[in-house]
Amino acid sequence: MKKLVALVLALVLCLSCALAMADRAPIALENIKIGFIFLHDENSTYDLNFLNAAKAACEKLGVAYVLKTNIDEGEACYEAAADLVDAGCNIVFADSFGHESYMIQAAKEFPDVEFLHATGTQAHTVGLANYHNAFASIYEGRFLAGVAAGLKLNEMIEAGQFTAEEAKMGYVGAYPYAEVKSGYTSFFLGARYVCPSVTMEVTFTNSWYDEALEKEGANNLIANGAKLISQHADSMGAPTACEDAGIPDVSYNGSTVAACPNTFIVSSRINWEPYFEYAINCVVNGEEIATDWTGTIQTSSVELSEINENAAAAGTLEKLEEVKAALEDGSLKVYDTATFTVNGETLTSYLADVDDMGDFQPETEVIADGYFHESEYRSAPYFDLDIDGISLLGA
Amino acid sequence: MHSKNQEPLFHISKRDSLVWYKAMLIRLVALLVALVVCAIISVLMTGENPLSIYQTILYGSFGTTRKLWVTFQNVAMLLCLSLAVTPAFRMRFWNIGAEGQALMGCFASAACMILLKNVFPNWAIILCMVLTSMLAGAIWGGLPAFFKSRWNTNETLFTLMMNYVATQLVAYFCVVWESPKGSGQIGIINPNTELGWLPVIGGQKYMLNVVLVIVLTVLMFIYLNFSKHGYEISVVGESEKTAHYVGIKVERVIIRTMLLSGAMCGIAGLLLVGSTNHTLTTTLVGGRGFTAVMVSWLAKFNPLWMILTSFLLVVLERGAGEISTNFGLNQSFSDILTGIILFFIIGSEFFIAYQIRIRKSSTKEAQTHV
Repeated sequence: MKKLVALVLALVLCLSCALAMADRAPIALENIKIGFIFLHDENSTYDLNFLNAAKAACEKLGVAYVLKTNIDEGEACYEAAADLVDAGCNIVFADSFGHESYMIQAAKEFPDVEFLHATGTQAHTVGLANYHNAFASIYEGRFLAGVAAGLKLNEMIEAGQFTAEEAKMGYVGAYPYAEVKSGYTSFFLGARYVCPSVTMEVTFTNSWYDEALEKEGANNLIANGAKLISQHADSMGAPTACEDAGIPDVSYNGSTVAACPNTFIVSSRINWEPYFEYAINCVVNGEEIATDWTGTIQTSSVELSEINENAAAAGTLEKLEEVKAALEDGSLKVYDTATFTVNGETLTSYLADVDDMGDFQPETEVIADGYFHESEYRSAPYFDLDIDGISLLGA
Repeated sequence: MHSKNQEPLFHISKRDSLVWYKAMLIRLVALLVALVVCAIISVLMTGENPLSIYQTILYGSFGTTRKLWVTFQNVAMLLCLSLAVTPAFRMRFWNIGAEGQALMGCFASAACMILLKNVFPNWAIILCMVLTSMLAGAIWGGLPAFFKSRWNTNETLFTLMMNYVATQLVAYFCVVWESPKGSGQIGIINPNTELGWLPVIGGQKYMLNVVLVIVLTVLMFIYLNFSKHGYEISVVGESEKTAHYVGIKVERVIIRTMLLSGAMCGIAGLLLVGSTNHTLTTTLVGGRGFTAVMVSWLAKFNPLWMILTSFLLVVLERGAGEISTNFGLNQSFSDILTGIILFFIIGSEFFIAYQIRIRKSSTKEAQTHV
């Protein structure tokens, strides 16, 4: 009898859980509170970009929010998430890749709260209804930024500052990780789209935020003959090194024109505001939030900053409009296999490790219809090829 | 122009000793003055009500059961490292390498969890973690001690440098063991099998750490005050020559004590990886190794007082975080408040050790305690 009662109770529990999972009750806008977890604070360009978007989205929709800055990628992230739930948040967001495991830990513990995580890779395999990843097709923005870089190189070549063969760019990357590789490859392809002779050197700092190392990396690249610098790391190290050396810089995460008025050309960035608004509206309407959300140019998630006329080549704006339109209507693909080679070969097939189960086993065919399908099988980038024309320093 | 009285306006002299309650009174006054100064600065700079800022500091540490446990956990970790550096400090060996010694403990624990997961059963992995983390910490502490006793190298610089070596070593292995490839992140180790995770006792994740550190505190108190080793440490600290004279092998005491110091840091590393974070990053110790120096000093190297001083520092730090969240202020603001409070607390020690006599117009000297 006891066993039967236990069984029935367990069944009821399971059913009610399942019901709760399947049908999320809408939450009125005024009852929504969203908690944000940031790795650094506003001194990091990366976190500042999230902070601004978080404030803008919440203030636009009129929802309450809490911001937690300087949260390490460890147990501190779980503690912060749980603390936000205690404080009454129904949505919790974290912005750094290393937060993911701890966000999943919290998501398992608090099934009634929605957990959002930017740049993560595990939502589509972890099987939690309340855990979601998001990213944007920033490779399209990088490609556009690359076009601006290529135009600048062309202008300098025409002005006789160096020959077409000497047109070399430098790139300060954080880690040799798909997110970074996808970023610099699309930037390079954008530049080569308008400046066919360009080559690029990449150096890694092995840190997302290390001002001294980023500055040193940029200086090394400049000493190596780089005529233009771009970066994917979060401090002002590379942009200020460029301003000091008088080398043009294509920035990331937002405009750095205030600190670099003479060398800043343009910056690509992900605008997270549309995603925050989308997620909040889902909760308000009782709808499921996408497990893996990819923002695009169309959703206003991928943006270019204002162009700095002091540094950019003449006609950059017009050219960017033209290329952007081509990307939007699909007539131009960033990773068109006809535009790059790997070890001298044109690719017709490539398996990528999209499921990220920790096995490092690639399983998904990502080349079809003549291009590499980036950010389609999951939001976080998985383009990790080393294409010809780009050389890695210290590799 | 010159008066007959050539005595300066005030002069400072060392106190013989101060009754304990007067010393406590001075400290209390210092704390109150610090809070008042903080209040003035808060109002001037932010316009916030200082009382609500203090309330927020307390709420940040004790506001909810979860916050309370996190506070306990942080106190336990800071206290463990403070205990670890104390024996060395008592013998005037300035070990400022607790950060690196603990990080090596983290490294050893994580290495066992990663490399032995398919080799040994869980209990054997945990046993290896305990042994190797203590060994790793002991090596990191023992090396500077060996050089000090052999060639009289400067232990402050040596232990400091060893921190950077440890950080770089961990940074390297974060890349070797990274997941996914290229990310430089290890993530949670053995998330599904939980191999090498220290057991949860009393249904509370941080209970194990708290209980262990309480036991260690008592043991350290006994070791320092009631054991032959503890006595030898004190003698070496007072005067190496005396120690030689009474037949204490100074080199041996230095090395032995630093091995102990390092091994205890290793235990802190073990707890940070095996019990709390289950991952390895270069920032896992989070500066506690340096804060521990202050905790130990403020408590006059007394393990029992350290419970109080580590508590104070953790509450200030957690409160600071809560302030920046609640009032939308930058973390720097809470750092300013912490700085002011510490300034006054450390400053008060001056007035406990020294007295200031202010010149009086009468020829008879009158003392004024400040």
